[in-house]
Amino acid sequence: MAVGKNYLVGVFEDSDVVLDSIKSVRDNGVRIHEVFSPHAIHGIDDYLGYKQSRLPIASFFYGLIGCSLALFTIYWMLGFDWPMIIGGKDFTSLPPFIPVTFEFTVLLAAHGMVLTFFIVSDLKPWAKPKVFDVRCTDDKYIMAIDLAQNKQSKEEINKMLADSGASEVNEKNFE
Amino acid sequence: MTISDERFEFTSGAKKKLVLLVVVGILFLLAGIYLDIAGEAHNAGHATLQTTVSNDLVAFNGGEGEATAEHHETATWLKRLYTDLWINNVFFAGLGLIGLFFLTLQYVTQSAWSTGFLRIPTAMANWLPIAGVLMLIVFWFGKHDLFHWTHEYLYDKASPEYDALLDGKKGFLNLPFFLIRMVLFFGGWTLFFYYIKKKVFAEDIEEPGVARWKQIRASSAWFIIFFGYSTSIGAWDWVMSIDPHWFSTLFGWYVFSSWWVSGLALIALIVIILKENGYLAIVTENHLHDLGKFVFGFTIFWAYLWFSQFMLIHYANIPEETVYFIQRLTTDQYRPVFFINLFINFVFPFMFLMTRDSKRKLATMKIAAIVIIVGHWLDFWLMITPGVMKYEGGIGFMEIGTALIYLGAFLWVTLSNLSKHLLIPKNHPTLEESLHHHI
Repeated sequence: MAVGKNYLVGVFEDSDVVLDSIKSVRDNGVRIHEVFSPHAIHGIDDYLGYKQSRLPIASFFYGLIGCSLALFTIYWMLGFDWPMIIGGKDFTSLPPFIPVTFEFTVLLAAHGMVLTFFIVSDLKPWAKPKVFDVRCTDDKYIMAIDLAQNKQSKEEINKMLADSGASEVNEKNFE
Repeated sequence: MTISDERFEFTSGAKKKLVLLVVVGILFLLAGIYLDIAGEAHNAGHATLQTTVSNDLVAFNGGEGEATAEHHETATWLKRLYTDLWINNVFFAGLGLIGLFFLTLQYVTQSAWSTGFLRIPTAMANWLPIAGVLMLIVFWFGKHDLFHWTHEYLYDKASPEYDALLDGKKGFLNLPFFLIRMVLFFGGWTLFFYYIKKKVFAEDIEEPGVARWKQIRASSAWFIIFFGYSTSIGAWDWVMSIDPHWFSTLFGWYVFSSWWVSGLALIALIVIILKENGYLAIVTENHLHDLGKFVFGFTIFWAYLWFSQFMLIHYANIPEETVYFIQRLTTDQYRPVFFINLFINFVFPFMFLMTRDSKRKLATMKIAAIVIIVGHWLDFWLMITPGVMKYEGGIGFMEIGTALIYLGAFLWVTLSNLSKHLLIPKNHPTLEESLHHHI
């Protein structure tokens, strides 16, 4: 996600107003950086035009890697590197290997998914959080628009936000 | 919108299709019986060989190699017919029961997403009283063929066939107590069903409100407690006691998971077919998605139980436990089905339903639902047939025929009851929430 410096921040009082505003702003061809809300707003991802996440696909492949890695390791260890008879079974007998394989599949799928999510979302321990308006943790709905990503002038976007119901429009600059 | 007054019409076209299904089933069944009788006459010369083989298997079963031929005077085809009837009795009784379980579960968990199609599981449960009667009839006529433990001579210490193990289980596995349990379970389920059904349909005509919904929720909670015990014990009685020497402590859950996942698949299938015929516009891809998640999740649950049962027995390697899988893994009839069962009930739905789209589209969900229903019928076939038929079991015209007859009758009962009431519970307190369900 590209990080801009100059943002226009619309402040809204009502979740329905912010949804209408998202629609009208996007209809005018403005790209919205992000919308912040004190609570989850159902269906907001459709309004913002978010595509379906590809995280599950990544997760599937992490799981596949975990599954094959676990099977390969157990087969190699118990079948070839250091064969041992356990419970009178063959050196390589699949059923007892399944629980470990299952666990390892889940382990890699879950951790891989979390790490990928952190990387994609630019969340790292030393990342500085960008707070557009602290009131979005209380009772206000915040819409941030990256000025560098839009052709329209600051005044035009300011007017759009004000017309679609923003109670105030502020400018926020990050160093 | 006038959706709230939508009614399902059980058209003559649909009726004709179901009658055709049953007629085809009867023809298949007759063809199967004919082929079996003809085959038996042909194989009469090899009878000695067959007896030795089945004696082997009985010896496996811990039966001390008793002479089966002396006590079993029933013809093979009749025995096979009892087996097939029993498989379908258990399978379809489970589907009807899952209808009631699904309904009550939605009340107990206060779920709202499912309200739009709640009338379908409700209609499915109408099969319960019929299933109970069929169970009793088939059990009464086929008990000695289906259930080895029903033979009197096993408990007679003077008899050479005295079975100490079964004598030890006599406190539980005896004819009167077995029948009491069967009547109690089916009677209990039916009474719960009629009580809940009365309240559910009263909602359509009487004043809307939450008072009735709360009453249904309370009785649903009682039903689920009863359901938990009764399905588990029912599974021991009707399926596990076919192999009376063998036992598995998680068998009750295993049978429940098989019923539950096929029941969910059947609900999804009926929803899809109704939607394809222009009904249930309020049930959207979002509702279907959640049903699909249920089916997907419980396929994994079924596989988990299947594997837990298999692996512990495989690992411990105790002869009286492994016999169950030896029967199914070392014989030509059962070995392919054993692996097919695992494939179409776990591998296929797991891979197929993994993506979001496959759960949201009617066509893909329909394929998955049909495969799962057929797959779990096979699962019950594999649980019941080897214990009764030994080396003579198989899947042929008789199995397909009886399954089609039961399917036709089950759908007839479901659809005709569905058409008697409004298709959408218009005064249900959570209907509005269901209309807005979105994921």
